[in-house]
Amino acid sequence: MTLPPAFQDWFVRQGWQPHPHQLALLEATGDSLLIAPTGGGKTLAGFLPSLVDLTVPHRGMHTLYVSPLKALTADIARNLARPVADLGLQIRIEDRTGDTRPAQRARQRVDPPDILLTTPESLALMLSYEQAPLIFGGLRRVVLDELHALAESRRGDQLMLALARLRSLAPHLVVTGLSATVEDPAALARFMGGAQVIHADPGPDPDIAMLDTAKPPPWSGAGGHYAIPDVLKAVAEATTTIIFINTRAQAELFFHALWAANDQNLPIGLHHGSLSREARERVEAAMAAGALRAVVATGSLDLGIDWGAVDLVIQVGAPRNVKRLVQRIGRANHRYNAPSRARIVPANRFEVVECVAALQAVAERDLDGDPRGPGPLDVLCQHILLTACAGPFDADALYAEVTRSGPYAGLSRADFDACLDFAATGGYALRAYDRWQRLMQRDGLWRLRDPRAARDIRMNIGTIIEAGMLKVRLRGRGGAPLGEVEESFAATLLPGDTFLIGGQTVRYDGLRDMVVEVTKQPSKEPRIAVFSGLKLATSTQLSRRVQALIGDPDAHAALPQTCRDWLALQARVSALPRAGVLVSETFPHRGRWQFVLYGFAGRNALQTLGLLMTRLMEDAGLGPLGFLATDYALLIWSLDPVTDPAPLLDPVGLREGLGEWLAGNAVMKRSFRNVAIVAGLIQRNLPGQRKTGKQATFSSDILYDTLRKYDPDHLLLRITADEARRGLVDFDRIEEMLARSPGRDHRMLDRVSPLAAPLLLEVGRVPIAGQGRERLAEAEAAALMAEAGLT
Amino acid sequence: MTDYGFDFGGQRLFARPSGALYWPARRWLILADLHLGKSERMARRGGALLPPYETRATLDRLEAEIAATDPRTVVSLGDGFDDDAAGRGLNDDNCVRLVAMAAGRRWIWVAGNHDPGRICPRLPGENLDQVRDGLTLRHEALPGHGPDISGHFHPCIRLAGQRRRCFLVGRDHLILPAFGTYTGGLEVTDRALAALVPEGLAIVCAARALAVPVGRNSHRRKA
Repeated sequence: MTLPPAFQDWFVRQGWQPHPHQLALLEATGDSLLIAPTGGGKTLAGFLPSLVDLTVPHRGMHTLYVSPLKALTADIARNLARPVADLGLQIRIEDRTGDTRPAQRARQRVDPPDILLTTPESLALMLSYEQAPLIFGGLRRVVLDELHALAESRRGDQLMLALARLRSLAPHLVVTGLSATVEDPAALARFMGGAQVIHADPGPDPDIAMLDTAKPPPWSGAGGHYAIPDVLKAVAEATTTIIFINTRAQAELFFHALWAANDQNLPIGLHHGSLSREARERVEAAMAAGALRAVVATGSLDLGIDWGAVDLVIQVGAPRNVKRLVQRIGRANHRYNAPSRARIVPANRFEVVECVAALQAVAERDLDGDPRGPGPLDVLCQHILLTACAGPFDADALYAEVTRSGPYAGLSRADFDACLDFAATGGYALRAYDRWQRLMQRDGLWRLRDPRAARDIRMNIGTIIEAGMLKVRLRGRGGAPLGEVEESFAATLLPGDTFLIGGQTVRYDGLRDMVVEVTKQPSKEPRIAVFSGLKLATSTQLSRRVQALIGDPDAHAALPQTCRDWLALQARVSALPRAGVLVSETFPHRGRWQFVLYGFAGRNALQTLGLLMTRLMEDAGLGPLGFLATDYALLIWSLDPVTDPAPLLDPVGLREGLGEWLAGNAVMKRSFRNVAIVAGLIQRNLPGQRKTGKQATFSSDILYDTLRKYDPDHLLLRITADEARRGLVDFDRIEEMLARSPGRDHRMLDRVSPLAAPLLLEVGRVPIAGQGRERLAEAEAAALMAEAGLT
Repeated sequence: MTDYGFDFGGQRLFARPSGALYWPARRWLILADLHLGKSERMARRGGALLPPYETRATLDRLEAEIAATDPRTVVSLGDGFDDDAAGRGLNDDNCVRLVAMAAGRRWIWVAGNHDPGRICPRLPGENLDQVRDGLTLRHEALPGHGPDISGHFHPCIRLAGQRRRCFLVGRDHLILPAFGTYTGGLEVTDRALAALVPEGLAIVCAARALAVPVGRNSHRRKA
């Protein structure tokens, strides 16, 4: 296909010239994957072949566009409207997301538009309708936007299963993937079932450095507030700035502090996933209109609408991941051929080291990323149930179709059959449900026993389980919605507690009908701001770079003076982690004993180690209360001190504990809950249908414990173990760490060491259920009795 | 000692960490809301196919309680079965186990809202709407007619960051936690429970039974 004259004229009239990659996509005959930086006209490239095709009328849906963000579909619809109108094309473009009205949805089923813009979940839903073959039978093209982001989560697995379905329904389909810069384009092409990779010109190297600050970063802390004046200065000098912050709570605090110092009254907005949709849309609209000079954002702005005016990105806090840093820098895409400008603000001295390491990696174009595992089976279970909703299916044909998708190419028939058995009967060793099966086989085809079950199955679509969120409203009739907080955070609040949301301090008044009621307290300092947003894990590669930097005194020259001083102080009062030696410390802090191990094995391996070591500490009667794993260190707090870590780090002891303990801990239960929801064993909590005054539904922990005891080989436990292994990294990394560092250097200190200080401020601690917790429960019970005058 | 002893209605009673109540003067073991057959009932009604082991798990714990206390009388305080059909649908293994547990003692099934009918004839024990024998035992607390011992609400409470089942003890009402394996809970601060027990004790089912104050004179956090 070549660019028709009318299209060439259109480009000329815009004063543009088609990018080579846009033409390359047009010429491609099979499936393609376009790798292009932000601002490279990626979306237009994806749609150009469709628009050219549609100069000739087509019956039914021609092109399906899938994006990870609902907001993106609306934006694309607007952007496409202009060329379509200019070129006089008779094309109907509509979006279809969770927000689309039922009447519109129903119409789309009967009379689909030429181009439909949707999300993976909405696509899965549409494929579960009986009319799916009619809707998609004439489909010619599929455009998968932000494929790099989708491939990072289970939404990508679900999307690839849906794509395999689409390919069966429309055998001549041509698929185009659009992706930002990734470390392994060939792997992403395999993920989408095979495609020709097309690289756009990556553009000039970014202009990226640490932000010059008047004050050095503090010893500890995660806020980056010391840099507020310098950030304001940078914002004032740029046209439009995005300030990325790693967690929602930190974004709130930073925004609050920024405004407190904003003498010039620069218009600055806040954008994160806990804000209400209305609040987020207001900020996005203001940004698009050029009314804001800066927006403080979390990962909520990693993807999405391009604001051409953004000419500076400031990353506050360690970047955690080189690839994500590069993608964030790309948001400063003032002009495609001008270098993106970005500045990094480390929040503390530990992060300075990480920032220096990350800058070195960016300069070397050394992107990180872990290889993708095979498609998870719980997602497949959901897919099987949704397939049954669309109509009877043949197991052999479905197996063949599923294995044509990238993530499930290696799926064994035995695993497929186990998933089918789970979907049909629950898959229990005790065959209790013969009369009540969900799927029955009749005339060789599998189908829903009770077609009414389709409604529940469709309600449960989706592969990402959010932590339970509660709405926050101002108290009083029709109080304005402010946003959401995690249920577990709300449960820790006492009336009178103050916290930050939407940049303002509010007082917690109470919980009513599952809504957190608050009153504004503008003059008060917030006591708490710990509703944790997404926690980014530092990539393994970046952790290694940090370790190399700290461990090699010759490399310290690359660090700022304050940082060198800090490491020197650590060397003086304790010890520097160094090659071949595993350094650990024990010290008291806030009435608890703290044990820190500098393992540099990555968050996941240290998390596993934390689980195992706390078990051994439990056996030793040390009363472990909880632990925290970062990418560099493991922190365990307990009632009694660890004086000799050697027995706790004995590989034999650790290995013995692995199976038993992993199976019984909180992390596994959390994984199980997600697996059980995705696979369709339990329904996710939907707003408005929970806790209706009577006994609430019981926790999935009970199901987990019951299965473990009575049906330990059950499919869902196997999936949970796989998920946990993926999430927690297998034991090999710990053994490798122990083998790599045979030396031991344990220090008993009377206070927190310079290197340990930042750890104590991290959030997201994993509680340990055990004697420590029981002792605390008893202590709290005793204190409450005493307080109430009852003994 | 892992039990918690307290006085209610002029009797000395013991709350056990399992959620069972023991009355030593009579050697009665009282349990609320076993909800036997719950997973089968959910499947029958087109709901989820939950792991079908909860009846076995509940009976395992019940057996342990009977072995530990050797009661003369066992009282199921209503909702012993998730519905009347669940009682009839109990498999042979579980029936045999119940018969063995009941051998040599009196066994009373108080009717609950889930299981108002007569129990399956294959099962041991007698049906009663309520028991009046020194103390009044019924499924759901009756305001103004205390003191009574009841179940129904599945009370639970947050302690040290964890939600746990608990006994709720007031002047007029003693409400037992649910003993069944697949049972959720209602926070003691919920209006329904606060109305029955405006102030009193929650005895929490932890590794030991732990008492904490609830209601007016406490500073419990709302959950």
